[in-house]
Order: sequence, then C-alpha cells, then structure tokens
Amino acid sequence: MKFKSVISLASAVAVAGTLFAGAAAAEDKIGFVYVGPVGDHGWTYRHDIGRQAVVNAFGDKVKTTFVESVKEGPDSERVIRQMAADGHKVIFTTSFGFMNPTLKVAKQFPNVKFEHATGYKRSKNVSTYSSRFYEGRYVIGKIAGKMTKSNVIGYVGSFPIPEVVRGINAVALAAKSVNPDIQIKVAWVNTWYDPGKEGDAAKALIDQGADIILQHTDSPAPLQVAESRGVWAVGQASDMHHFAPKAQLTAIIDDWDGYYVDRVKAVLDGTWESKDTWGGLKSGMVGLADYNKAIPADVVKLAEDTKNAIMDGSLKPFAGPIKKQDGSVAVPAGEELDDGALLGMNWYVEGVQGKLPK
Amino acid sequence: MNGFEWIVPVILTVITAATPLVFAGIGELVTEKSGVLNLGVEGMMVIGAVAGFVTATLTGNYLLAILAAALAGSFMAFLFGILTLSLMANQVATGLALTLFGVGLSALIGQDFVGVPVEKLPQLNIEGLSDLPIIGAILFGQDILVYFSFVMVGAVSWFLYKTKAGLILRAVGDSHDAAHSIGYSVIGIRYLAVIFGGAMSGIGGAYLSLAYTPMWAENMTAGRGWIALALIVFATWKPGLVLVGAYMFGGITILQLHAQAAGLDLPSQILSMLPYLATVIVLVLISKDESRIRKHAPACIGKIFHPAA
Repeated sequence: MKFKSVISLASAVAVAGTLFAGAAAAEDKIGFVYVGPVGDHGWTYRHDIGRQAVVNAFGDKVKTTFVESVKEGPDSERVIRQMAADGHKVIFTTSFGFMNPTLKVAKQFPNVKFEHATGYKRSKNVSTYSSRFYEGRYVIGKIAGKMTKSNVIGYVGSFPIPEVVRGINAVALAAKSVNPDIQIKVAWVNTWYDPGKEGDAAKALIDQGADIILQHTDSPAPLQVAESRGVWAVGQASDMHHFAPKAQLTAIIDDWDGYYVDRVKAVLDGTWESKDTWGGLKSGMVGLADYNKAIPADVVKLAEDTKNAIMDGSLKPFAGPIKKQDGSVAVPAGEELDDGALLGMNWYVEGVQGKLPK
Repeated sequence: MNGFEWIVPVILTVITAATPLVFAGIGELVTEKSGVLNLGVEGMMVIGAVAGFVTATLTGNYLLAILAAALAGSFMAFLFGILTLSLMANQVATGLALTLFGVGLSALIGQDFVGVPVEKLPQLNIEGLSDLPIIGAILFGQDILVYFSFVMVGAVSWFLYKTKAGLILRAVGDSHDAAHSIGYSVIGIRYLAVIFGGAMSGIGGAYLSLAYTPMWAENMTAGRGWIALALIVFATWKPGLVLVGAYMFGGITILQLHAQAAGLDLPSQILSMLPYLATVIVLVLISKDESRIRKHAPACIGKIFHPAA
C-alpha cells in the first residue's frame, strides 16, 4: 500500500513521472483514473472493485494501475497523458470532468484505447459508458414516496449536470406517482466528495422538514446524519448500511465488473471498437442493495414490481405525461424522452422545489 | 417553523462547521507569528483525523483519541521543523509536501477503518441548563472540543499579547536576527511554535472524524486546511478575528445550504466562493496599507534563519 500513498502524491501534483515505467512487456497494461480516493466507499470504490474484477479475470495477462483523487481539469490531462505514454493499452477515465482531457490525449495517442465514464463525446479510440442510474432512482422514488411522513424528500446534489438532474427528476416522478403531495428539496454542495459539507447539506434539508435523504455525492456522510437524526436515507454507489444500519432504506449499487472485463477482453482480442454503452437494471450495471427490514411488505412489492417492469421494458421512467416544474408540458402522454433528451436534461419536473442553478 | 426556532439548528450546524477551522487556524497563527509558514495544515489535520479515529475505535476513550490526534499532528509538524528549521529546506515546498504526505499516510493508516462506525463525541448535558429554549442547546449542549476551541483562542491571544514568552515569540517572527543577537534561541522557539500548530491542526482533524462526521474517510478534510490558511490572512494575524472568520466561513456555507433547502433562489456557486473572495479582498487591503502589515503580519514569515549569519 506504499504504492498507494505515492500514487496520491503523484495525482495531486500531477507529476506522475516515471512511476509507471518498467513493467514487463509480456503483460498488457490497463489504466484507471479515479476522481476520488478508492476508500470513498462510494463511486470510486465501486470502480476499483471493477478493476479488481479485471485482475481476477485475466490474472497475469494484465497489469492494472490506477491513480486516485485526480482533480477534474488540467491535472487529469497530465495524469492521462502520462498513462498513455507509459504504454497502457486501455485507459478508463471514470469521471464526467475527465471528458475533454480524455479526448485531447486520445487524439495524440491513436493506438491507445480510452474508455470514458458518464460522458457523451466519443472518437475512434474513445468509448463512453455509463449506467442508467435513473432506473434505480425511479425505484427508490417509489419507496421514498411511500415511506415519507412529512412529504418532503431531501436531495443532496453534487453539480447541476444532466446526470444528476435526471436522478432528481426520476425520483420526483416516481414519488409523485404514489404520493401526489410530495416535494423534493435539493441542496447543491458543488463537490463530489466532502463528507463535512455533504453532511451539512443533509442537516439543512432535515431542518427544512425532509424525512428522507437521498444523495448524489460520494461519501456516506448524509446517511450518517440521517441515522443520527432518525430519518430515512438511501445509499449511493455502494451498500452503505454500515454507516446507517437503521436509516438506510436501500442503496443504489454501481456494478462495473462485467463491463470492465468485457472491454478489456475486447482489447486483448483486438475486437475493441469505439461505442457507447448505457446499461441499466437489466444489464446489471445498476443494482439495489437489500431492502431495510422496516419497509412494509407492500412497499417492497411495489419496489420489486417497478424494478421488474423497468427490466422487462414495460415501464419507462420518462414516459409522458411529464410536466415541467412550472406546469408546462414537457412530454405529452403517449410519448417518451429519448436518450438524447435524457443526456441533456437541464430542467426540473413538477414537484422539485427551488431553481436549477445554471 | 415559527419565530426563531429555525435559527437554533442553523447555529448548531455552523458551530460544528467552524470548530475545525478555529483549531487549525489558531495553531497555524502561532506558527506564523513565530515567522514560519507551514502550508502543511491540511496534511496535519488529516493525520489528526485518522489518529483520533483509530484511537477512539480501538480504546473507546475520547480523551486519549484527542491526545493521539494532537500528538500525531505534532509529529508531522516536528518533521516539518526538522526539514525547514534544522535542514533549512524551503518552507513553501516542504509544507506542500507535508500535505501530500499526510493525505497518503492517513489513507494507509486508515485503510482498515473505512466503514467502521464510531460513537459521536459526547455532548455536554447539564440538568436544567441544556434544556433551556434556544440558548440551552447552543451554550450548554456542545461537546468538549467546541468549548476547548474558545479556550484556546483566548489562551493564544493572552499568551501572544500579555506574556513575555509571547512577546519573545512575536519578536522571533518579526526579526529573527535581532532576537538571535539578544540571545534568544530562534530555532528552538520556532520548533515549539510549529509543534503547537501541528497539535492544534491534529485536534481540528480529530473534530472532523469524531464529532463533525464521526467516521473515517480518505481525504475527509477536503480542503479545510487550506481554508484555515486563508483564514489567517483574512484575520490579519489576530486571534480574535480567526475566531470570527472561522464562524463566518462556516456560516456562509451553512446558510447557503439552508437557503437552497428552503427554495430561496441564491447562486450557490457564488456563495461557495465568498470566503475566498473575502480573503483576496483583505489581502489587497492590507497590501495597500503598510501600517497594517507592520502591525500584525510577522515580518520574517517564510524566511529561513541562518544562525551563523
């Protein structure tokens, strides 16, 4: 683990130097660039589980390296370039903010394959992949709508990007479908990872009447606040029930294992092609943790039915009629939003309070 | 919520947000007053956070945990002292390295403690007083570190401006050559100041992992060490203003979260930026007015002392 501390050092100053040089030529090098620490118990933690799945699947044939806590922006470009220059066959860049740096470096290294998570720009050697987290969030919205007593759901948001807005809207639509009086209050913390601030946002939301805390940030702090204040919460990215054994209703679980193994296999076989993958509940990229025992059986059934309906395609979370926050019609009945509209979503649906920051 | 009821939870949250900044700020203030700029506050805090957390989970003794955090922070500061004071390395570079080292080392120490829950630092509960409306929870319902942070600000202020030792420390920070020539041990005094700064940063970090968000997560200080450094400039090196600044910096963050939750239309990004903007403005103001700099900023800050010269 000494390597790890060296790695954090490298990432912060982005002078990766010759750290990665000197690997044996026989094995193929697979690189991962993480936005948070692997110990965040959330987003980055799950990506690293995926990396370990690659190691388990290919053993000696591959050598994986990762750089954690890489800041989005110029720092990340240096880290990605260093990895590419060091002879990595494929590099996974696992945060939205790595999009432009990834493309820039990819242009200079046409023989290296790049995989960018949650972005929308591709090129000949850059694939994108993401999960339809909103499918999981829709299921959670149903549970939240049934479980709330105050009819206020608090939502700790990271950045007002479509990915996050989509999750908020999915929750609002689902919750409203079972509880018309529901209100969603959002607090943006403008960071992916700051336990203190995430916890503060949860406190503020609870003080404003929320009795369910949802989050789209990476630390378990909001759950912990929910636990201590005696309200419900939903874990993010991985099962966080250690932090909130009583409060966690369930958790959205990211599962990148299958995707990472498939893509590395394609690189090794020489069949890799640039493409866009957007998997959801059905493909297993999104899962839900065990339900809290305190959830009544009928609500569990509702959640399971919703999940199954999404998986068999009979339920589309963003099928009309959908109204925007101001009451105007966003999607008429009988129509549904296509992926393009989902990827660019920058408006709230009815039931979400406050104004979406621009 | 009616009347002033809403204000209590806001103030309670502001206190928890400000306390780690108060500790780190007041410690670094003493360090800087002695003429040493230690940019490793973040690293010392995060080491304190992990040391406090690990000790608390292993022993269940909070006093021991706080002590361990102070010791761990001091140890980091001591390393910084060896490098910059004895070996005369550049303070800025060494401080940055100390932060990077601290973040990495704390991750290493804490890897088996990720996801382990710990009981929150107990809060004071005085029969009758703590139950008083509004002021009860605020004045008599805090944990020991909150009270200690106020005590430390008072103590540091008293020490720096009312004691001979404090005068000597300031003299060392303002002109190490003069202090040296009248027989004071510049290096020795600076070691003590640096170590005190480390201890305070360590306790600030422990406040994060034991009271603010009682858990260990890598890099959980998330930049608070840097805010503490900005805070000292904002406070123009005055202990009382460090306290005010910490509560203002903490308060702005909390208020904007509450404003958002209440649905008020405030630009959260701009509000997040405010503390730093305020620091820059103060920097500009004090740079324009030379008398202010002379009055409070230590003149020798960041300069290396060669005793032989």
